[in-house]
Amino acid sequence: MTTVHLPSPLSIGLARGVVELKSFFRVKEQALFTFSFPALILAILGSVFDREIEAGVTAGQVLTASMVGAGIIATSFVNLSISVALDREDGTLLRLRGTPMPLLSYFTGKIILVFVASLAETVLVLGVGVLLFDLPLPSDPAKWLTFAWVFVLAVVSCSLIGIATASLAKSAQSGAAVSNVPYVSLQFISGVYVSPITMLPAGMVTVASFFPIKWTAQGFRSVFLPDSMTKYEMAGAWELGKTALVLGAWCVVGLVLCLMTFRWSNKRR
Amino acid sequence: MTAIHVRGLRKAYPKIQAVAGIDLDIERGEVFALLGPNGAGKTTTVEILEGHRKRDEGTVSVLGQDPGTAGREWRARLGIVLQTATDAAELSVRETIRHFARYYPRPRQPEDVIELCGLEEKAGARVKSLSGGQRRRLDVALGIVGTPELLFLDEPTTGFDPQARRQFWGLIQKLAADGTTIVLTTHYLDEAEALADRVAVISRGEIVAQGPPGELGGRATREAVVRWFDRDGEQEVRTPTPTKLIGELSLGGGELAGLTVTRPTLEEVYLDLVGGTR
Repeated sequence: MTTVHLPSPLSIGLARGVVELKSFFRVKEQALFTFSFPALILAILGSVFDREIEAGVTAGQVLTASMVGAGIIATSFVNLSISVALDREDGTLLRLRGTPMPLLSYFTGKIILVFVASLAETVLVLGVGVLLFDLPLPSDPAKWLTFAWVFVLAVVSCSLIGIATASLAKSAQSGAAVSNVPYVSLQFISGVYVSPITMLPAGMVTVASFFPIKWTAQGFRSVFLPDSMTKYEMAGAWELGKTALVLGAWCVVGLVLCLMTFRWSNKRR
Repeated sequence: MTAIHVRGLRKAYPKIQAVAGIDLDIERGEVFALLGPNGAGKTTTVEILEGHRKRDEGTVSVLGQDPGTAGREWRARLGIVLQTATDAAELSVRETIRHFARYYPRPRQPEDVIELCGLEEKAGARVKSLSGGQRRRLDVALGIVGTPELLFLDEPTTGFDPQARRQFWGLIQKLAADGTTIVLTTHYLDEAEALADRVAVISRGEIVAQGPPGELGGRATREAVVRWFDRDGEQEVRTPTPTKLIGELSLGGGELAGLTVTRPTLEEVYLDLVGGTR
């Protein structure tokens, strides 16, 4: 028998990424909703509470930094918990299972989708922040390095948790509920909408500290706000080490959950 | 050469013995139909052959490998067309076929697949805009784009109008003529009769009959019913030797009005075979 050369998992994964992006952006309502929601909330809340917190820093700017974090959690966690559940519901996964596509390539495709969508989301939120609230973009490369690793860790951990959440959901619709309830509640107790975070009861923030959103938002505040703003953080510091630790831990936990709970179909026998 | 070899296959679910000792041999190039009522064990058997379900007992070899442990190379030689799916809604037919072609080491040319499946007019259309029959042809297109040696078709024409079914049969016959081994499950006995070289009837997890559709359950040798009209009205005789009877009747050289000779239909034989389960 002649040896066959199967396409590499990476090349199939890239092809899946293209298909995922096409499918995502062709559903206009879905793309529009996912994107515009955080930017819209930012524009409204930021305008309502736009006061100066200290010299040169406004509440709108703080909110912008936090919303970058909340936005990419929408485009990773919420987005995937719905889209993977939908893939199970409409037979996408069942069909893929019958092909020589490795599961790894499927995940690669989803992560490509999430990275592109999250980058677009970030640009949109930052755009609103710069235009409406005069947010200064940092010029220090070190800040952008922090931005890059917080972004990557947040997207990867929240994508994995999103895929695991999709396994819990019975249908795509319940996927939306199962992810939106913790997402929205955690935004409140993580100091995204209520800012500065020190206004929240300490117990609430302790609960929020177990989840990625608090650390992602805090990480982006460290990028876009001056260091004098650390006094409005619970610990009085940016705690970047802890941020890396919590988000890194969620990457591991998310991956384990993903692999443990992944299902190709809803059929149970 | 054997495409599928199964001995003593068994699979139990908590409340039911779904497959209770099945033996199967399917040759390369053969079109083989699995018939049986819902819950008879057809789907479980096929899922085990596809490597999508674990068996409890028995030996199974599909294209020379155990589906329970076979890898991507093996899967690249199979095509699987499942029942309903509504995926890839936002992609065009051509995009979808091209995309799936990238999974395989030796894909067919996407344009050839589009032509073979009669999707030329819909090649640029979004998948969500397809009719049921067109959608099903796309399912087959995705099943054959990898140039499979063995194609599984699960109830491929459920919900088709008669014309669409005929077109679909033509497609399957073309694939079979190219040497693809085809295993299909169906509820339609005329479909099995039109397409299959051999059929097996599964009932309560066992194969109760197996053979070419024309010979199943002793069809070819069973009593025939001879009917004709004469002065006294309609005559009907059941006989194991219809040729002899007609010879005697036509001794005078006259035409027998309304003469018919009928053997039991596949459907009658089938209902006899599975009758106990209904």
